[in-house]
Amino acid sequence: MSDTRISQRFAALKEEGRAGLVTFITAGDPDRDTSQAILNALPDAGADLIELGMPFSDPMADGPAIQAASLRAIGAGASMRRTLEMVTDFRKTDNETPIILMGYFNPVYAYGVDEFLTDAKQAGVDGLIIVDLPPEEGELRAPLAKAGIDFIYLTAPTTDDERLPTVVKSASGFIYYVSITGITGTASANVNDVADAVARIRKHTPLPVAVGFGIKTPEQAAAVGKVSDAVVVGSALVGQIADHLDENGRPAPGCADAVLGLVRDLSAGLRNGIAS
Amino acid sequence: MTKLNTYRGEPDEHGHFGIYGGRYVAETLMPLILEVEKAYDVAKNDPAFQTEFKGYLKNYVGRPTPLYFAERLTEQFGGAKIYFKREDLNHTGAHKINNCMGQILLAKRMGKQRIIAETGAGQHGVATATVCALFGMDCTIYMGETDIERQAPNVFRMKMLGAEVKPVTSGSGTLKDAMNDALRDWVARVHDTYYLIGTVAGPHPYPAMVRDFQSVIGTELMAQMQEAEGRDPDTLVACIGGGSNAMGMFHPYLDNNGVRIIAVEAAGEGIDTGKHAASLSAGKPGVLHGNRTYLLQDADGQITEAHSLSAGLDYPGIGPEHAWLHDVGRVEYVSITDTEAVDAFQLCTRTEGIIPALESAHAIAHAVKIAGTLPTDHVMAVNMSGRGDKDLDSVGRFIEARKG
Repeated sequence: MSDTRISQRFAALKEEGRAGLVTFITAGDPDRDTSQAILNALPDAGADLIELGMPFSDPMADGPAIQAASLRAIGAGASMRRTLEMVTDFRKTDNETPIILMGYFNPVYAYGVDEFLTDAKQAGVDGLIIVDLPPEEGELRAPLAKAGIDFIYLTAPTTDDERLPTVVKSASGFIYYVSITGITGTASANVNDVADAVARIRKHTPLPVAVGFGIKTPEQAAAVGKVSDAVVVGSALVGQIADHLDENGRPAPGCADAVLGLVRDLSAGLRNGIAS
Repeated sequence: MTKLNTYRGEPDEHGHFGIYGGRYVAETLMPLILEVEKAYDVAKNDPAFQTEFKGYLKNYVGRPTPLYFAERLTEQFGGAKIYFKREDLNHTGAHKINNCMGQILLAKRMGKQRIIAETGAGQHGVATATVCALFGMDCTIYMGETDIERQAPNVFRMKMLGAEVKPVTSGSGTLKDAMNDALRDWVARVHDTYYLIGTVAGPHPYPAMVRDFQSVIGTELMAQMQEAEGRDPDTLVACIGGGSNAMGMFHPYLDNNGVRIIAVEAAGEGIDTGKHAASLSAGKPGVLHGNRTYLLQDADGQITEAHSLSAGLDYPGIGPEHAWLHDVGRVEYVSITDTEAVDAFQLCTRTEGIIPALESAHAIAHAVKIAGTLPTDHVMAVNMSGRGDKDLDSVGRFIEARKG
């Protein structure tokens, strides 16, 4: 899969000589319309790749911010079909920005793996990250390859040199390095440790390496961007939504703008390399 | 029913029981899961480990537990002879300690200093806090807020034993949410922490390992029943939430085709009401907490809340080996409502002078339901998995509410 939106985007970033910004939001958070408005405006705000979270009732690898986002979305009627509809809608105005769906296996399994991948491909999905599906449970590998959707694997600080080849062998698109041993939106990693880890991963694969977990500010993004191919920001963006809700949990005025404002700041940080 | 040469050969090397089980965990945990598997493989085959384990079971837990002939209960129904395997007489009052003892010895071998666990009814939390006190290990127990409220005596016991009890407020504040938070803790503390799972669920090797440690129940029962009746029982009955007391009782008998095996799920307010915890009777296969198994879920794959008066059965899933045994037809899975369980709780208390755990009362309820239909030479063994002191408040409130 050399000629995908993901590979083209990383090639363009390389040409520009900068790391990409990967933004995560949960589909349908805090409601369908607001979430769609944010999604559609992400590329203009500076998102280079988009991770769209598939809401799940039991997000075991996520911290409080993304847990809450999942529950808000489910409470507002989110479903797997609606998530795919959001992608279809996005593709009406943007056919270049890669969209990666991220979530847990059960909703995909309940939808039916083959049916889901067919519908996802048709909607314009480029990649899939399934947090609780390690290479040892390889049941999605062949169907994804057949559907032409990249399978993005997570590697962690605990993924040692002995294990790395097993993980990257199964991956396509890019590698997502989880920079801390922990859940999303909690601690932040030391940049020198991240640099060492990215170098270690690059010894095993030519795929681009995106780094996420614990990156919240433009300064952190800029610093991590210096040692990786892309930085992923999720909890901080989702936190903007949580901070802009009225007392009934409905989006308050400025909710979408708050998210997009942070995306603009993060993007500027990456482009200007403010952490010199 | 699929006829197999053996029902005791699962799981395969990847931890699969048929299509169930497996290792569905985040990458951060995967290397640790593999380390636990490797360590358990070595320990399992090390006579020194087995000797140490058996020594603690005998001298600390108080095994073997008695096999008791419930004569008055038997007379009352005039059918099958009802025996109780008295796991309630273990130290800490339930079967949970068998598994905790095995896993704490493993954690010690692995050099871990900090233990975390989830608990529903609090029995597993108490057993974990107990073995942590015994071995001087740091102990953190995750427990749903709803459960903390309805199982206050056990919360107090855990704290007295030196454990930190962390209330879980996410989701419905019950066992599944406690397990989510325990997994989140583990991801953040992989280097020094051992997760002591309390039932035959979770990623491989836990379902097989917990079953192995609990199989002492069935192994003892085999010998005791030979002594009492000169033969195997005709029927085994045990309750299931995650399913560890049942798996421990059943596993040694799985290849003995003459033994009918019945597991009892919690039907809560009734399967039709949707307020139940009967994942095999009313769920469908899915993936949660590291394994594929039957789960209570909606059409979109979102996990739904389980309901049972019994906190220990209040879980929307079930161990993967049970899912497999269900599909191949070796074990029958039935269900008992809150009301039937409370009736059996009172009956057992007044007829035999034994206050059963509400969980165990589900097994008793099914046993007395069928006892009268069976001949008097039919021998039935019921797993009295725990004692019911912890449930007195819940049962009292339930009875008051029923009076209206």
